[in-house]
Amino acid sequence: MHAAIEVRELTKTYSQGVAASRALDGVDLDAHAGEVMLLMGPSGSGKTTLVSIMGCILRPTSGSVKIQGREVAHLRERELPAVRLHHIGFVFQGFNLFPTLTAAENVGVALDLKGIRGEAARKRAHALLEEVGLGDKLHTFPADLSGGQKQRVAIARALAGDPEIILADEPTAALDKQSGWVVMNMLRNLAHSHERAVVIVTHDNRTLEFADRMVRIEDGRVGHELSREEFHQLVGAEA
Amino acid sequence: MASLAVRNLLHDKVRLAVTLTGIVFSVVLVAIQTGLFIGFTSTTSNLIDHSGADFWIVSKGVKYIEVGVPFSEKKLYHARAVPGVGEAEKYIVRFSQWKRPDGADQSSEIVGFDPDTQLGGPWRLAEGNVHDLKLQDTVLVDRFYAGKLGVTHLGQSLEIRGIRTRVVGFTEGIRTFTTSPLVFTSLKNALRYTGLDSDRAVFLLVKAAPGADRERLRRALKSAIGDVDVYTRQEFSSRTTNYWMFGTGAGVTVLMAAVLGLLVGIVVVAQTIYAATIDHIREFGTLKAMGATNGYIYRIILQQAVISAVIGYAVGITAAMVAEISSRGGGANIVLPGAVRAALFLLTLFMCVSAAMVSINKVTKIDPAMVFKG
Repeated sequence: MHAAIEVRELTKTYSQGVAASRALDGVDLDAHAGEVMLLMGPSGSGKTTLVSIMGCILRPTSGSVKIQGREVAHLRERELPAVRLHHIGFVFQGFNLFPTLTAAENVGVALDLKGIRGEAARKRAHALLEEVGLGDKLHTFPADLSGGQKQRVAIARALAGDPEIILADEPTAALDKQSGWVVMNMLRNLAHSHERAVVIVTHDNRTLEFADRMVRIEDGRVGHELSREEFHQLVGAEA
Repeated sequence: MASLAVRNLLHDKVRLAVTLTGIVFSVVLVAIQTGLFIGFTSTTSNLIDHSGADFWIVSKGVKYIEVGVPFSEKKLYHARAVPGVGEAEKYIVRFSQWKRPDGADQSSEIVGFDPDTQLGGPWRLAEGNVHDLKLQDTVLVDRFYAGKLGVTHLGQSLEIRGIRTRVVGFTEGIRTFTTSPLVFTSLKNALRYTGLDSDRAVFLLVKAAPGADRERLRRALKSAIGDVDVYTRQEFSSRTTNYWMFGTGAGVTVLMAAVLGLLVGIVVVAQTIYAATIDHIREFGTLKAMGATNGYIYRIILQQAVISAVIGYAVGITAAMVAEISSRGGGANIVLPGAVRAALFLLTLFMCVSAAMVSINKVTKIDPAMVFKG
């Protein structure tokens, strides 16, 4: 069975005039359905570049990226939105909700992109928000929601397209401990109970206990990957 | 999607007000300048357009109606002898001095026509009877210019070129492009008021007989009369209009103001829509990350532009129409026909959509990875 995301010999070079900097250098990595994988590493290590390429937002300089077994690294720019729409849901550090829309309407935008509109969209948005525990906040604007609630709306929105892959960028960075725990629990549940591949870029050690795998990236290379046992030992040691 | 476009638009009410102000300003400016242009255009040639004549026969080289050069009335008889001519009559348009009751001189434009055929006569008679002009020294003036001419009531006597004359009727809404009000009178009276010899004509107006071949008739008139130019009504109308609009530069000025209004509108709207797009750039980046195509985002921006255009146009055209109605009693003549209003709506849409293109260009260049920056 293939991985949800399969990355091989991936490089990404940013050109700035005659100068060029290599953000990723020969990265090999798989993300599997049913597991939560953390991508950790210092700032500038290439985490965001990697997750952008895994999310078909950036195109690599070379190498292979397969989403659900389909090679996407060499797709044309205009072919990438469809891959994102059908396979990937994003959760962002800053929530990135549409401030002028209610919680239900925020989810509705994602459904609209999928061509689901009208009553069907309304029902689906309500069901998704119920699923993340915000059934009573359907008509609330983001400004009137707490950070944790905003992130749950973002998760509901990410799930609207029913993607196999969830890519989350520092999903707990702006949240307090309790909210962060709720969000991470939700993401873990998506992986374990709904067989989704969840990839989380994080600096937050509070997320370690929710991970199935932890991958460190340094200087654009995948460094030491901890086994589940090593990982839990690390969590235990850090606790 | 419509919801996002509308909500984004309404979210910042100050910005929306600025955008709408820009559009309204532009619509009003373009509408009024265009209305003035059409008003001027129709005013310069309205005597010709409403003459009822198929052909205007003028001295060679005459560029516009106000500078007709008199010629012998023998040419009238030559014209009448041409097969295919239904009616032919002399016509006089000449400036003369009108003396107001307070003794002040006022330049006026005497229009002499035949009250029987009424070729070239007034077309909006509000009071009186055209046939009263058959009486010696009688005139019709327009109510709009009554004050300027010092006319207060029907039957009032005044002087034209030292000749006592009586106002026997009023027209309504017959404007002149020059500062000299039109004074309609019979040919016989017009000769006296303009000092022309009785055997002179300034123009000949010809109406073709039913079924006559117009082009053949024109050639026949030209060859029978000689030493004149023969224009169709439309040709002489355009000739006169073109002189006043473009020969004098008056029309170019008005058109330039209209174009300037359009450009100012585009710049103001482009600036505000661009600023609004920049404000929402992160949201557009999020949409892209979620799988929205550029086309999806363009439609949001274009919807905002179209909604702005519709609201701005509605307010702007209402203001312009109020100005049009007000102009009926004032010096400027603003004319906004339905076709122009419709064209202006399309122009407003074009203006707003063009302005939105600047933003669309910016959205095309969004780095979707921006969504990962906290």
